[in-house]
Amino acid sequence: MSEAVVRHKVEDRGSRAASPGWFRRTLDSDLFYSFRRSKITMIAAGVTLLFFLLAIFASALAVQNPFDPAQLQLMNSRISPLWTADGQSPFLLGTDEQGRDVFSAILYGLRISLVVGVLGVLFSGALGILLGLTAGYFGGAVDGLIMRVADVQLSFPAILIALLINGIAKSVLGNRLDEMSMLGVLVLAIGLSFWVQYARTVRGSVMVEKNKDYVAAAQLIGLPAPVIMLRHVLPNTMGPILVIATINLALAIITEATLSFLGSGMPETMPSLGTLIRIGNNYLFAGEWWIVAFPGLALAALILSINLLGDWLRDALNPKLR
Amino acid sequence: MSAPFVQVRNLRRVFDVSKPWLNRVLEGGHLEYLKAVDSVTFDIRKGETFALVGESGSGKTTVARMVVGLLPPSSGNVLIDGVSMTDPRQAPARRRLRRRIQMIFQDPYASLNPRFRVDAIIAEPIRAFDLIQGERDIQARVGELLSLVGLHPDDRLKYPHEFSGGQRQRIAIARALASDAEFIVCDEPTSALDVSVQAQILNLMRDLQDKFGLTYMFISHNLAVVRHMASRVGVMYLGRIVEIAEGRELFARPRMPYTKMLLGAVPDLAMSGRQRVPVKGDIPNPIDPPPGCAFNPRCPLAFDLCRKETPELIDGVACHAVNTAPVPA
Repeated sequence: MSEAVVRHKVEDRGSRAASPGWFRRTLDSDLFYSFRRSKITMIAAGVTLLFFLLAIFASALAVQNPFDPAQLQLMNSRISPLWTADGQSPFLLGTDEQGRDVFSAILYGLRISLVVGVLGVLFSGALGILLGLTAGYFGGAVDGLIMRVADVQLSFPAILIALLINGIAKSVLGNRLDEMSMLGVLVLAIGLSFWVQYARTVRGSVMVEKNKDYVAAAQLIGLPAPVIMLRHVLPNTMGPILVIATINLALAIITEATLSFLGSGMPETMPSLGTLIRIGNNYLFAGEWWIVAFPGLALAALILSINLLGDWLRDALNPKLR
Repeated sequence: MSAPFVQVRNLRRVFDVSKPWLNRVLEGGHLEYLKAVDSVTFDIRKGETFALVGESGSGKTTVARMVVGLLPPSSGNVLIDGVSMTDPRQAPARRRLRRRIQMIFQDPYASLNPRFRVDAIIAEPIRAFDLIQGERDIQARVGELLSLVGLHPDDRLKYPHEFSGGQRQRIAIARALASDAEFIVCDEPTSALDVSVQAQILNLMRDLQDKFGLTYMFISHNLAVVRHMASRVGVMYLGRIVEIAEGRELFARPRMPYTKMLLGAVPDLAMSGRQRVPVKGDIPNPIDPPPGCAFNPRCPLAFDLCRKETPELIDGVACHAVNTAPVPA
């Protein structure tokens, strides 16, 4: 055995296998370790995963497509859940005024809520990261302009901005606003009201990172600013962004639900969880509690588990709490 | 003899440290400027090690960053191999020159991107200048560079956090060599390291200099390190070069009182009982420097002229006491 190899082994005990593969590394990582140590987090992750799977396989699990009026029968309206005296198969959680199966409506509504939430987070994240990177890297007047816009926006509640954008879109598009474009408007509204947090966080991290010497080393070999920002600076700011994105997913879903509940979100013909709660709200005093209770419970469970995940991620990525 | 490899002429850098405009208007106050570097002139010959020494805040690092082009000078010029680092008309030539200039940074924990594997860090200059085509050949070159700096070629698959400070500095040196650089600016390359590791890194740097004929500009506040490395030394005080001499000459016969004071502060292991000039006072505030020679409040030889006029660098020394009046020996 050559001398170099011996020296190598002595110096680097413990990290002999230089590249143990992505999967193995994930299992060994600190993050996964802290994940396994927290029961609540594992439960929350399980619930979140379950909701995502339910949403993805909604069409296979549901007894009817609640978006398709041809499948609804008024004969089946206002049936109470299966385990009550008046329960009827196959309506597990009962039906609403239109003869819509509540369980199926929740599955499809969950799909809408999650799509709006995820797209909203992606859109606001992309916008916020881009603006934050630009502000932090270039500083000066660019920074001033972007951050003052952010400050102005931050002084209004996000829901108000979302309502505003919604209202503008509605008055511009008018009758041409079908279900799918309403979904797009919601994503736009949520994205434009939540970008500030990303921008501020990224800007702060960038201002720290850009003065580190590895950035100077990259400047020295003449790499252009966008390459340095995306390749060197951005990956080193991803920790906090991940935490914000997780918590904002819950916020985005809640915002969508609130908008839909207020009647300026998804229409009744293509209901999200919020729309379902609004519909059910009308029948609460008529004793038909199941129409509002189950979508509400689903929404609460989803938000709670995503928030718990976000809390764990924040603690796990915080070097001071390790 | 041909022109020196690096020519620095009247380099000057002023930082605006005023309060924001709105605060100035509301609270009063005026524009404030910090003169970090003022009329610095020196040459570096090919193959030599030029050291810049001085206390914290004397402008060493600012000079280094201007020389490599990371920071634009307020005025003055840097010529490397005849190409100006400031003249916009010479941008294409400067782009070709970039490959030949590299820098080794002070903090090896900040100079390597923590998200990059070592092979990506070292290969970045190779890829940026398109020096080698083909991933296999690039990896082979990275392995070769790692062996050159005393690491194992397989170390290229690891991340920076798996290395000690000294090993990281070796990686930084390998990166500097990756583009076949000829001129390497070393900004306190050993001040973040243990004393035992410092010597290893310095010897490695000297070996590499002999092997590749490198030219170093070496920034340090550690005079023992400078004595070990430098063929020529410039002493900086508050943004100006106050003495510049061959290394041997400077350590044997310092002329400027400030240099004497610095050398007096070097620990004397032989305990020869030599005469020391004690260090007194602090470096003045660079926003509001004393009039005349910046060193006059601390200088044992200061006289009237020193408080009125800034001394010129004459024959390697900027000191009225040395240049105009006979110095008591």
